[in-house]
Amino acid sequence: MVEFMLPKDARPTKGKTHPAPVGATNLRTFKIYRFDPDTGENPRIDTFQVDIDTCGPMVLDALVKIKDEMDSTLTFRRSCREGVCGSCAFNIDGTNTIACTKPIASISGDIKVYPLPHMPVIKDLVPDLSVPYAQYASIEPWLKSDTPPPTTAERLQSTDERAELDGMWECILCFCCQTSCPSYWWNGDRYLGPAILLQAYRWIADSRDEAAGERLDNVDDPFRLYRCHTIMNCTNTCPKSLNPGKAIAEIKTLLIKRR
Amino acid sequence: MVETTTQKRQLRSNLSRVRGLGSTREGVHHWWAQRMSAVALLPLSMWFVYSLITLTGADYQSFHAWVSEFGNSVFLVLLIVTLFHHAQLGVTVVIEDYVHSEAVKMAMIMIVKYGSMLFMASSIFAVLKISLAG
Ligand code: SF4
Ligand code: SF4
Ligand code: FES
Repeated sequence: MVEFMLPKDARPTKGKTHPAPVGATNLRTFKIYRFDPDTGENPRIDTFQVDIDTCGPMVLDALVKIKDEMDSTLTFRRSCREGVCGSCAFNIDGTNTIACTKPIASISGDIKVYPLPHMPVIKDLVPDLSVPYAQYASIEPWLKSDTPPPTTAERLQSTDERAELDGMWECILCFCCQTSCPSYWWNGDRYLGPAILLQAYRWIADSRDEAAGERLDNVDDPFRLYRCHTIMNCTNTCPKSLNPGKAIAEIKTLLIKRR
Repeated sequence: MVETTTQKRQLRSNLSRVRGLGSTREGVHHWWAQRMSAVALLPLSMWFVYSLITLTGADYQSFHAWVSEFGNSVFLVLLIVTLFHHAQLGVTVVIEDYVHSEAVKMAMIMIVKYGSMLFMASSIFAVLKISLAG
């Protein structure tokens, strides 16, 4: 059955408070989810008073500052710090988004930073994403073509054909959408989820790809595709303003079209 | 997820688990049937509600006469078939969403499918009885 409560050993407790350095005047309070598998303790919510005057503007800047100056054990993923790598996805202020493009000033009150929802937690803000990665591999995200490439040039695409990929090539696979989808929470072992379905459609829509039929076969399944009930959490939360809900609707339309 | 199955399969790769037994290749059928029946239900239920409104306050005899009229019987049977079929399709999806034990899921879906057939058959039979007797 669907789980509405966290198991007892996964319920967060009140954690430590790290006060601001002496003399700091412009403070913001961060409440951050902490979990250390080695201690055997429940997860806890630590409080950090961050001096905003000496901090960069984004939530990621604050996380880096906390790690550098207040608690070096805080564990999280980040890389590009400019919204292109997809590493720094967390549940921030109740919404999944990437920390490096989320201005601290856009949040009022305490700033809560939790790992992406409904994924196993490896440590602190680092979720185990190996299942979504395997799901990504299962849609075979590469160009499939029996026609050999031209010997003198790359495979060509018209401007219009290229435009078909707009709104999909921008996806950074941060899994904000994936882990915001209730259908993915309940059936993540069998439902592919919005991020993966957007990627599946990215290849179906590619004019150079010759395997659209095979790709459609692969998703024509009550669980892989049709767990999507157009709840649209995915589209609402995407930090790149993409529309996975629409990509899913396009796949469903193509499946009707080919009947 | 059931603890024992995950434990048994611990060394299986994630890709193997995710690919599972493959795609059933029949998801679109259920989805399309749901949309088609929803579209058919629109005019049918509008007709039904409209008829009920015009019959407000009518006595047993006039209801009886209304049901036994050829056109009304046909539309009533269509409404009954579409409604129960649509409801059954919808409830099946909800069960698949929320019930994860295969055995319980199978049992619940059977109850829903057989139940809807039972209601469908008895409603049709009731219409026919009135209509053919009149
Ligand atoms: S669609 Fe948006 S939210 Fe989903 S993985 Fe891609 S970039 Fe992230
Ligand atoms: S539209 Fe589909 S994929 Fe997106 S949140 Fe809703 S159910 Fe999930
Ligand atoms: S660090 Fe790369 S997206 Fe945030």
